[in-house]
Amino acid sequence: MSLTVDIEKSLGGFHLKVAFTAETGLLSLLGASGCGKSMTLKCIAGIERPDRGKIELNGTTLFDSDRRIDLPPQKRRVGYLFQQYALFPNMTVRQNIRCGVREKSGAEAAVDGAIRAMHLDGLENLRPHQLSGGQQQRTALARILVNQPEVLLLDEPFSALDSHLRFRLEREMLQTVRAFGKPVVLVTHDRDEAFRLSDSIAVMRGGTIEVTGGKHAVFSDPKTRSGAVLTGCKNISPLQKLDERSVLATDWGMRLTLAQDAGKARFIGIRMHDILPGEGENSFRCRVTEEIENPFSFTLMLRPVDCPDAMSVGWETDKAAWRALRADEVTIRLPKESLLLLKE
Amino acid sequence: MDLFPLWNSLRIAGISTVIIFFVGIFAAYYIAKAPRIVKGVLDVVLTLPLVLPPTVVGYLLLRVLGPKRILGAWVLSAFGLKLTMTWWSAIFATTVVIFPLMYRTVRGAFEAFDETLAWSGKTLGLSNSFIFWRIRMPACRQGILAGTVLAFARALGEYGATSMIAGYTPGRTATISTTVYQLWRTDNDALAFRWVLVNVAISAVVLLAVNFLEKRKTPRKGGA
Repeated sequence: MSLTVDIEKSLGGFHLKVAFTAETGLLSLLGASGCGKSMTLKCIAGIERPDRGKIELNGTTLFDSDRRIDLPPQKRRVGYLFQQYALFPNMTVRQNIRCGVREKSGAEAAVDGAIRAMHLDGLENLRPHQLSGGQQQRTALARILVNQPEVLLLDEPFSALDSHLRFRLEREMLQTVRAFGKPVVLVTHDRDEAFRLSDSIAVMRGGTIEVTGGKHAVFSDPKTRSGAVLTGCKNISPLQKLDERSVLATDWGMRLTLAQDAGKARFIGIRMHDILPGEGENSFRCRVTEEIENPFSFTLMLRPVDCPDAMSVGWETDKAAWRALRADEVTIRLPKESLLLLKE
Repeated sequence: MDLFPLWNSLRIAGISTVIIFFVGIFAAYYIAKAPRIVKGVLDVVLTLPLVLPPTVVGYLLLRVLGPKRILGAWVLSAFGLKLTMTWWSAIFATTVVIFPLMYRTVRGAFEAFDETLAWSGKTLGLSNSFIFWRIRMPACRQGILAGTVLAFARALGEYGATSMIAGYTPGRTATISTTVYQLWRTDNDALAFRWVLVNVAISAVVLLAVNFLEKRKTPRKGGA
């Protein structure tokens, strides 16, 4: 079971050029809005037409510019969950789901099964605008699943929901996706969501995939500056190579020892919660320039005492620890194994 | 009171509304999807009858349909049919004048249509005709009904182009609007006033219908 995509498309000044393979399991396309991730899904579904390239799904060619193959969306067997779910407003839940059934014999049984599987019992005769966001999402999923797609495309599925609903619906979605047992492609700009749901992640920027791999690999070594930003790294500074194993982080005025050669890296980054208090290698005496209280942690903006012009580094620490340590000046340590070496 | 003008006005307006219902929807659907330049040009051409004085429309129609003009002469020689000065000649006038009303209202509705509904229909394997008739049309129902009612009301009140192409012959081509003018011109004030009341009554009912249709608009989707 796999989906292989290798396409190019120009649109105005924007150029999309992506290549990836999605196996059974969930692949996230993680990127800021306008990076081409939704356009990629539309090309797979046949709503947009790539200029060049090839799309294959389980051995069936959906699109091939060389062989002039371009299957209509109706024949691609692609389950597409739209951001706002795209339920037909003039139809009831049951009628909406029935629209997804391809084999008209046994349609009612299939619809009943989907209603039960998606916990929509009792809502069959309501119209979409009478449903909550979560119920709308379940209806849309039921409609897609009775359609028996070969791949599932999820376009920012939680963005239309209130944040307190997201967590529970994410769990439900994960169960649905696991039971599906075929490739799933999720488009999102939310790194936490991508990490919790995916097996692998492809970081997109400006129409191309910058970094791709298993989710743990991508988060521990995002490789590029935008990869680091998208995976939630807030401390990033340009670097200046001093020798084999040490660099100067120019924004922070910090001389850092590395665990490996800086190679072609142009930036250095560290996640806010990877910074530790205390003395040791890569430790700095810092002045607290700002104390920001989060619901369950503190973020402290720190500047080395011997470098008053430097930009602050953010350090996130839990509340009890900071309350015990609280002072105008602290010593922090940037462990070398937590430093991210980043290309442009 | 001879009711012929009422009956004549109603059938002219009714027939032209039926024609324009289909033509307007067809034009709106294809022009809404057209490339921007084509859309711009067609939009100007097709909306012109809305802003031109009806007498100018009448003049242009006579230039084409008159018995000595291209189309008029050809139909006369081929079928022995005169296109002007009959009761149904007025249908040419009203059709041209009400087309932009229907076209613009329906196009607005089509453009407001959430295209992801059509896309999701396609990925589910639904045919294009199912998507058009069972998803797009119902979603645009309000706009289509409003356009139809407005077009009918306008057709009922058409005077300028109608009087030029169909004239005023009592019992043959007279409509409510041409009758009012003739009665006023011949100093038959009492009868003119009665026809005015009839016209006002019909128009009021039509506008009430439009308002009723607009008020029934329900939110397309909850929460969004």
